[in-house]
Amino acid sequence: MFLKDYITDIFKTVKSLLIGMKRTGYYFTHHSEIITQLYPENKDKLNLPERFRGEVVMKHDENNEHACTGCTACELACPNATIKIITKFDISADGKKKKALDTFVYHLELCTMCNLCIEACPTDAIKMAQNFEHSVYDRSQLTKVLNKPGSKIREGVE
Amino acid sequence: MLSLEHITHSIQSWLYGSFNARLALGIEFLIVGLGAITLFAILGLVLVFMERKVAAFIQIRLGPNRVGPGGIFQTLADTLKLAVKEGLTPDGADRFLFNLAPFLVIIISMLALAPIPFARGFRIWDINIGVLYITAVSSLSVIGILMSGWASNNKYSLLGAMRSGAQIVSYELSAGFSVISIIIFTGSLRISDIVASQQNGWWIFKGHIPAFISFIIFIIAVTAETNRAPFDLAEAESELTAGFHTEYSGMKFALFFLSEYVNVFIVCALGATLYFGGWMPLHIGTWTAFNHVMDFIPSSIWFMGKTFSLIFLIMWFRWTFPRLRVDQLLNLEWKYLLPISLFNLLLTTVIAIMGWYF
Repeated sequence: MFLKDYITDIFKTVKSLLIGMKRTGYYFTHHSEIITQLYPENKDKLNLPERFRGEVVMKHDENNEHACTGCTACELACPNATIKIITKFDISADGKKKKALDTFVYHLELCTMCNLCIEACPTDAIKMAQNFEHSVYDRSQLTKVLNKPGSKIREGVE
Repeated sequence: MLSLEHITHSIQSWLYGSFNARLALGIEFLIVGLGAITLFAILGLVLVFMERKVAAFIQIRLGPNRVGPGGIFQTLADTLKLAVKEGLTPDGADRFLFNLAPFLVIIISMLALAPIPFARGFRIWDINIGVLYITAVSSLSVIGILMSGWASNNKYSLLGAMRSGAQIVSYELSAGFSVISIIIFTGSLRISDIVASQQNGWWIFKGHIPAFISFIIFIIAVTAETNRAPFDLAEAESELTAGFHTEYSGMKFALFFLSEYVNVFIVCALGATLYFGGWMPLHIGTWTAFNHVMDFIPSSIWFMGKTFSLIFLIMWFRWTFPRLRVDQLLNLEWKYLLPISLFNLLLTTVIAIMGWYF
């Protein structure tokens, strides 16, 4: 009985090792699978993966309107205080005061691209962009304001 | 005809014709020594580049591709970098042993090169105990590793060296047994006899089942003996930083690195000689026409082709399999490889006595 286990062990081991070698052998012979990008040369036709995360941006439509209500859910979700939201009070048409976004401050130098703010946003106002060439000469340039000047909240977004 | 055998013969006859016998022998020693060092340098460059490219392709990467076309000068640049770096000796180290160890390791690799047949009639030293000599000398390399680990005065180094000692001592056994299987068939330890006995077919085909089993054991055991992944516990980056050569830098580190690759080359050359006929072209029994066609390919190309195929196999292992734990390593040797190789030895003997091989 022991001998049978011993021999089946050997065969199972050899089989699993061969499966591994088949996989790596496949990669060795199929160079089209290579995912390395020759970066500075192929700058024009970079082929970034869909899930690649470069920076947080706010979505604006053609009327310069965004969907941010200034709820600060992203600010609370951020683990390292990357986002600071400054709110103001808009006076709506029927004379009611309404909380709205004034400035969306984003500290790129603190961001780890963890995606938690995007998941926390109830109105889907921010998203991750794929731009990764962030190097600048001065740190202050990394502190960005995400809402464009003159932009306002889109109608109907609560 | 231009072949390595004729070149060496003409050089020899010219030397003995122009100088007296003793001086000619001295010059021959010098030429062989220089040739061996040159071979080492070229092997180091080629094998490191090959390893990096193989690793890259297996891991879906491109590998070195900036220095020269396709990155072929990458290893040259690395060598230059290592050559200009400082060879630091730590304060607490045993200076003499610390500086001796890399040279000892490389000299041992160089010694093991002696009986390797590179082509028809082209070898340094055809002694009558060639195979025994290679296995004996290559097992000495553990002394250099232990020496470097001990002299470094570093816990990582010492742990790596001790692991390496346990590993080489145990895997030497099954490597030896698997070599003996072929020796039983050939009846001679002389490498030229072993190659000549494969005139009508390589031993891996002629010796069928036992030769195949012993080849598998051989390739596992030599992978372990040369301290390469999945048996690289001696250096185990994730546990011991770099194991026995943690404290080495510059050219002294490069010598350890080089000796690893030269050892791989030597064991693969031995494997190619024992199982795949060394420089002997692919001959099948009495198919005279086929054998003649195969003879047109030069013997040196056959030898290098076989050796590099085996080296590729070992690299393939390295980049596929995860590293073993120490207990798993010793289990594999003492509970699996050794009993199997002992059983295989018995099988080989029975087959050799009954003449059940081709």
